[in-house]
Amino acid sequence: MRKDLKRLFASQRLAVLATQHGGEPYTSLVAFTARDDLKQLFFATTRATRKYANLTADSRVAMLIDNRSNEATDFRWAMAATAIGKADEIEGHEKEEALKLYLAKHPHLEEFVSSPSCALLRFSVDRYYVASRFQKVIEVRVKP
Amino acid sequence: MSLVLPLHKIDEKDRPRVGGKAVALAQMSKRGVRVPEAVCITTEAYSEYVKSAGLGNQIVMELYRKPFEEMRWEEIWDTSLRIRNFFSRTPLPPGLRDSIMPAIQSTFSGKVVSVRSSAPGEDSSKTSFAGLHESYVNISGEDAILDHIRLVWASLWSDRALLYRQELGLDVEKSLMAVVVQEMVQGERSGVVFGKSPMDESQAVVEAVYGLNQGLVDGTVEPDRWILNRETGGIISHHPVLRDKALRPAPGGVLLQSLSAGLKSRPPLQEGEVAKVYGLAMKAESLFGVPQDVEWTYKKDVLHSLQARPITAPSVSENDERPWYLSLHRSFDNLKELRTKIEKELIPAMEKEASRLAQRRMSELSDAKLADEMAYRRDIHKKWLDVYKRDCIPFAHGMRLFGQVYNDVMHPKDPFEFMDLLVGARMVSMERNQMLEDMASWIRRDPHLGACLKQNKVEDCDSEFGAAFKTFTEQFGGLTWGNTRFGQDSHGLLQFLLEMASRPSAEGKGKAKEMQTLQEKFLSHFPGDQRPYADEMLDLARASYRFRDDDNTYLGKIEGQWLATLEEGRMRIGKRCEMDTASVEAEQIIKALRDEAETPTACVLPEAGLIEGEFKIKARQLLGQPAGPGIAFGTARVVQDPSDLFQFKTGEVLVCDAVDPNMTFVVPLAAGIVERRGGMLIHGAIIAREYGIPCVTGVADAAKLIRTGDRVTVDGHLGIVIIGEPGLKDAKAA
Repeated sequence: MRKDLKRLFASQRLAVLATQHGGEPYTSLVAFTARDDLKQLFFATTRATRKYANLTADSRVAMLIDNRSNEATDFRWAMAATAIGKADEIEGHEKEEALKLYLAKHPHLEEFVSSPSCALLRFSVDRYYVASRFQKVIEVRVKP
Repeated sequence: MSLVLPLHKIDEKDRPRVGGKAVALAQMSKRGVRVPEAVCITTEAYSEYVKSAGLGNQIVMELYRKPFEEMRWEEIWDTSLRIRNFFSRTPLPPGLRDSIMPAIQSTFSGKVVSVRSSAPGEDSSKTSFAGLHESYVNISGEDAILDHIRLVWASLWSDRALLYRQELGLDVEKSLMAVVVQEMVQGERSGVVFGKSPMDESQAVVEAVYGLNQGLVDGTVEPDRWILNRETGGIISHHPVLRDKALRPAPGGVLLQSLSAGLKSRPPLQEGEVAKVYGLAMKAESLFGVPQDVEWTYKKDVLHSLQARPITAPSVSENDERPWYLSLHRSFDNLKELRTKIEKELIPAMEKEASRLAQRRMSELSDAKLADEMAYRRDIHKKWLDVYKRDCIPFAHGMRLFGQVYNDVMHPKDPFEFMDLLVGARMVSMERNQMLEDMASWIRRDPHLGACLKQNKVEDCDSEFGAAFKTFTEQFGGLTWGNTRFGQDSHGLLQFLLEMASRPSAEGKGKAKEMQTLQEKFLSHFPGDQRPYADEMLDLARASYRFRDDDNTYLGKIEGQWLATLEEGRMRIGKRCEMDTASVEAEQIIKALRDEAETPTACVLPEAGLIEGEFKIKARQLLGQPAGPGIAFGTARVVQDPSDLFQFKTGEVLVCDAVDPNMTFVVPLAAGIVERRGGMLIHGAIIAREYGIPCVTGVADAAKLIRTGDRVTVDGHLGIVIIGEPGLKDAKAA
């Protein structure tokens, strides 16, 4: 399972991030990367965005990472992982380390993340729900 | 685009769209070999049909429901039947029908035809897989021809083809099927000639039967065989057989008929004719450059070639069991013979063997002697397992054969509807379940007895009941499933009876009447002279269905005798190392019994668990096959040994590796069934259908990923199991 998740995360640049405000769900596409142990995901956003406002008010977030190709065969071949957990902004040394990882995957975003207006978010995963073959769903608990 | 091509317009370059069979026939025809009039429905017609009907996506959904490696052969057959049903229920779009029909009308104008598969790639010398796809003979009427073209298309996805998917390069996007529609030659004598014997390169072989070739090809009629010198054509030897039947055309198909006394005593071919048939193979070889096998027939002393293909020796590796699976496809007559053998010979012999073993004592044996006894019983069990595999499993094909016939005439939406006609056949396990039910209702009627049984021993409560209880354990106590014996735990059995008695008696779902209507509907498709055939086919299918259970029950008795020694051996070794040796391998136990020094090797517990690194993996929703319609919600009871079984409570969901006929007595109590072993015609599915209980089979690792006490929803319509939190309860109402 761990191998499958790693492969999936390596194959995808973008993920769907879900946040909420006042009970109203909100989704956005973000460029993400995963730490090797799969316990943390990182993504960047400018601080003026709605998603940033949402997640600073309520750190509970979810993220969908999938490899669908928009064909009927997706029902059999596509895999989708939903991560549930909490997101917070990181600074200092921790941010530097995470940025290395992040830019290794998204080198073209260097300018974007270097901007003072841009925040790097750490998503600490509580659990994954991994769906494959349309209907097979496995829960992977990351936090004990 | 050419949807239909007559033979004379086909040449080598058309191979990708007409297939090897059509190209070979066209070339033989051009070079003066007498072949029947034929047209080819090209792969373009297949593509257009599949595209217009949107079948491609449906095939993908069916085919990749589970990884092939995780599928059992039975599941592959089920998958193939579902796909076949798409084809047989989806008519040709009008435009396509209009394009194909004129060529068929003008070429055959009312004549009887054969409809044969001609898959591109099927007959190339690299991948020659005879018999992976379907061919139909003696088809008449335009609509029937079109129907059979669709069935040949469907056979691109036959269970046999799916088994050889890698060799064939089977791919939903790319694989295609062409069809040869050929005037039927109603030959009186037919056969196959091999230009080069697969056994000896210096020889050629001619095989011949009376009647149609189909009889030889499907193994119903044993052929006379001539071995020839491949260079000169000279006859080396003739191997006559006991000739007594011939397959001949009959309305809507073929019929096996007895031979007249005159024909029985005369070989189908005279020596001069053998030479002519040999000449055919040589001519074909000179045309195609490599040795050929040619199907031929003699009609009124004129020799016709029906098809030719390159000879390839199938590469057989020792571990490849697929040829064995292919041999399971038996003809109707073959199955009838098998039935007699099982009923008259094998089952009585199995019973005898089991009771003979039961008389051998083992408790007073020394350890070394016990090891010998274990090895002895293990070998006997193994012998019967082989017999089971050789004769009993193939007989299960009777159900499948019937299923196809049923689907072809009824076109049901549910391709497994035919099973409803088979249930109700009286099975030995049903008899045992009935005995249990009788004892339970005894307790139900007599509250004093129930109260007494909860406190005391059976024999202290009611002597009559005690006697019935004793009879039951004597009769069925030796039965097994998995690695345990039924009679090990009479206290557990009693607790179970009390549980059974605590709920109202289970009644059948009143399917009898439905079945009667269905049966009449099915049989009404067969006009007068075909009726006996349909009756017989149904009877055979019911026998096949019943034996599926019964023969296993008898084999279970022999297995029980083997396991009784294993149990004794495990107990003795367990005492030595003071641990539970229930999961120690039998061979290890035998070794340790023979040699004290082996004890430490035997006394090691195997590891278990599903923890991956530090992550905890838990199933939320699992995918299997929809084997019994309906939705059930309940607490899971994972059944791994008899104590689990006897603790079974009304309304629980039975979760197990495989529902064995010997454990079906809990089924009436279950709200739903989840089983690791997959298939639609396996015990779990059969018994679930019988009681109308939602059932999902083929759930990989079901008994590991689901734990006793988990709340689960069994969706028997979609074949999924949801391991649920309270919020999912509503699924039941939906």
